[in-house]
Amino acid sequence: MSDDKNAETGCKDCSRRSLITATAVVGGAAGIGAAVPFAMSFAPSERAKAAGAPVEADISGLKPGEKMIVEWRGKPVWILRRTPEMLASLKETDPQLADPESKRAEQPEYIKGEARAIKAEYLVCIGICTHLGCSPGDKLVAGSESGMGPSWHGGFLCPCHGSQFDLSGRVLKSMPAPDNLPIPPYKYLSDSRIMIGDDGKGA
Amino acid sequence: MNKLAQQFMGWVDERFPATKLYKEHLSEYYAPKNFNFWYFFGSFALLVLVIQIVTGIFLVMHYKPDASLNASGIPVAFASVEYIMRDVPGGWIIRYMHSTGASAFFIVVYLHMFRGMLYGSYRKPRELIWLFGVAIFLCLMGEAFFGYLLPWGQMSGWGAQVIVNLFDAIPLIGKELSLLIRGDYVVGDATLNRFFSFHVIAIPLVLIGLVAAHIIALHEVGSNNPDGVEIKKLKDDNGIPLDGIPFHPYYTVKDIFGAAIFLLIFSAIIFFMPEGGGYFLEYNNFVPYDQLKTPPHIAPVWYFTPYYSILRATTSDFMIWLALLVASVGTLTFLTARNNIVRIAAAVVALVLIVGFFALDAKVWGVVMMGGSVMLFALLPWLDQSPVKSIRYKGTLFKTILAIWVVCFLILGYLGVQPPSPVGKVVSQICSLLYLAFFAFMPWYTRMDKTLPVPERVTFE
Amino acid sequence: MSAMTIMFPKTFSRTFRFLAAAVLSLALPLAAHAENELHLDKAPLQFDDATLQHGAKLFINYCVNCHSASFMRYNRLHDIGLTDQEIKDNLLFTGDKVGDLMRVALRREDAKQWFGAAPPDLSVIARARSGEYGTGADWLYTYLRQFYRDDSRPTGWNNMVFPNVGMPNVLWTLQGQQAARFVEKTGENGATEKHLEKLELIQPGKLSKEEFDEEVADLVSFITWMGEPAQETRQQIGVFVLAVLAVLGVLTYLLKRAFWKDVH
Repeated sequence: MSDDKNAETGCKDCSRRSLITATAVVGGAAGIGAAVPFAMSFAPSERAKAAGAPVEADISGLKPGEKMIVEWRGKPVWILRRTPEMLASLKETDPQLADPESKRAEQPEYIKGEARAIKAEYLVCIGICTHLGCSPGDKLVAGSESGMGPSWHGGFLCPCHGSQFDLSGRVLKSMPAPDNLPIPPYKYLSDSRIMIGDDGKGA
Repeated sequence: MNKLAQQFMGWVDERFPATKLYKEHLSEYYAPKNFNFWYFFGSFALLVLVIQIVTGIFLVMHYKPDASLNASGIPVAFASVEYIMRDVPGGWIIRYMHSTGASAFFIVVYLHMFRGMLYGSYRKPRELIWLFGVAIFLCLMGEAFFGYLLPWGQMSGWGAQVIVNLFDAIPLIGKELSLLIRGDYVVGDATLNRFFSFHVIAIPLVLIGLVAAHIIALHEVGSNNPDGVEIKKLKDDNGIPLDGIPFHPYYTVKDIFGAAIFLLIFSAIIFFMPEGGGYFLEYNNFVPYDQLKTPPHIAPVWYFTPYYSILRATTSDFMIWLALLVASVGTLTFLTARNNIVRIAAAVVALVLIVGFFALDAKVWGVVMMGGSVMLFALLPWLDQSPVKSIRYKGTLFKTILAIWVVCFLILGYLGVQPPSPVGKVVSQICSLLYLAFFAFMPWYTRMDKTLPVPERVTFE
Repeated sequence: MSAMTIMFPKTFSRTFRFLAAAVLSLALPLAAHAENELHLDKAPLQFDDATLQHGAKLFINYCVNCHSASFMRYNRLHDIGLTDQEIKDNLLFTGDKVGDLMRVALRREDAKQWFGAAPPDLSVIARARSGEYGTGADWLYTYLRQFYRDDSRPTGWNNMVFPNVGMPNVLWTLQGQQAARFVEKTGENGATEKHLEKLELIQPGKLSKEEFDEEVADLVSFITWMGEPAQETRQQIGVFVLAVLAVLGVLTYLLKRAFWKDVH
């Protein structure tokens, strides 16, 4: 309909074009802005955050060889007080493991070595299989007593697909689970109290 | 690139009429070029519908229709609304959009309907568009009513209680019916859950269907305009109406501008006065619903108040006036109708109504009047007998009567928010009568009205 | 504007104006008609961090013993400038976490027995108490300052704003004790009626009247803030949103004009 060509540039509807661009840019920005609260509303709410706050665990009653479970962010966190024999078994399992050094594993930087713990005696790990999220069961005793055959050094067995872990939560070779059990951030408040979910390093 | 796009559209068009639909409804839908300010409200209504649906979807993710008490003794439903307001990131914006959207919907729809009344948009051949519109309006009222229970505050609970008890008035089945609606002896958890279901799925589905029908019917016959002239009567050689312009781009850019202004006002309310002075969010609704304690002053939300006033005005001393109104409409029909069947029917209906007015409780008639005052809109296409459509060419008589009706509607709305008072009652009775008379006598005064000649083409500066 | 003249031709707009005037003259006396006039003092609210922090402390010390604020998390007080540690040290009851809601130890059944009604949750009380007489803050500000001794009540206290309220005057050590002075008036039906005229301080408290009023104002400021903690954010975002939409409005208007210049 319009014939008002700009004589100098030979450009038809120049102002219209730039206005369309400007409107599209501002309108698009406004649209994205309007989407922000909707996208935000998918994030964990204050209630979820409060429920996911760090938890304290009292380990004073834990006897050697015993395991306790603490709930943190809806997940089971295991605290296993390992006997010297259990700790010794960790060396022996090394050749059977997929990732003995825990290079791929999800764990804080201060967790190192085969014991995978701040204090070697106490293993703190998240009891969720890295395969598809089941919680492995205890097979703590070494040898065929656990029903795992004579070469078993003690550890955990996932009921869903049979992944096996040693007493540091490290996964054995050629198992469905790709990785060692994750270690949550934690710290010792005192000798008998552990804070899970907060290591004082902004985790 | 361009060629690729063309090929793609060709592929699609062989399988789905995308280009055809685009042409029929946008680029080759010819709308009269003389739309004015009033013609924004249809697209605003569509915009608000989208806002309500989107915000509603997100609110449902966090809201819980549960009347049981939580650990602090607060109903879970009430608490979940405050949870959205405080604990859900961005939740308060979404909730305020939805609560403001409810009021905005009614403001926009009332103005949209009034536009139709000003320019005779309901007249032939647009009767079905109007009827779909009235159905949309009724759905909207249902949607608002059901939704208002969900925050489970004092106004929610008692408002629902009062409206559901209206059904008590229906003879014979009333008591059982209201029990059936509540699903409990009080407005309780069962009521909340079924209202939730109606609010989030049943009515929205119907509403969307009706909106589609409304627009399809509109695009079939074409839009009316402020002159009430049929633009399809005069076409150029290509068959394009002389006074028509393609909806896209002309009305799309115009409506986008309108939408920006609408959103500016809408946002001003959301961000600076979300309570709307106690009209959009009622103060008493910040108190959890208590089945044992009615708040001292309960009033429906503002958009229901004109009809609520008519309900309150219908008391036993009002029936004589209603009887007079019906008698005079009946007599007029009997005297002026040409068809004998119509004459006899009018006489019979009038007599039955008048007997009914005194035989049945005034409470029954209050409910009938309230419902009827909404339903009367549906009759407009047949009540209006004026030779012209638009207010521009109608005479002083019609203009005066329309103005009186508007004023009555506003007064009824105002009085519905106020606590009952003797003066208010008399005023609302007068206004109710005038409100009804506007419809009842329309066939006669529209014929008597001295109209102006209608031009061939639309007026456009 | 042209739109106005199009929609209302001259005669119509004249009628309309006449009728509008008629409505107004009718509506005004109706609006003024209100019995049982309740006079509320205007609450001198302040929303700076120091005031709100002081108010929060008063709220925790005097209110949360009986009233919950069960939509309010302690860590929301970050918004008024408190750190987790400050909240832990000054405001938390033992055993609570900073992410917890302001719940109350009092059992609802016990409360119902003691006060006749369970004390209401206070999270949104400032919004709920708004009405035709003033804002919810005004109501609270007046209410908290108008307790008086009344031996006929189980708690020994009554209130001017909320007659026969179940709540005792929890701030009495600060305010002192007030007594009501009644005047006798002859009512419409000829019988003498007792009307509350004013309150007199019969035993001073720890604070002077001015100090006490300030203390209550701080408390009410906090309760008002708590009614909608997002309010400040809301208004800040609002200014930005309106600015963007205003720009969009101008651009779309120019766009509309650029297209419509073709339409003759």
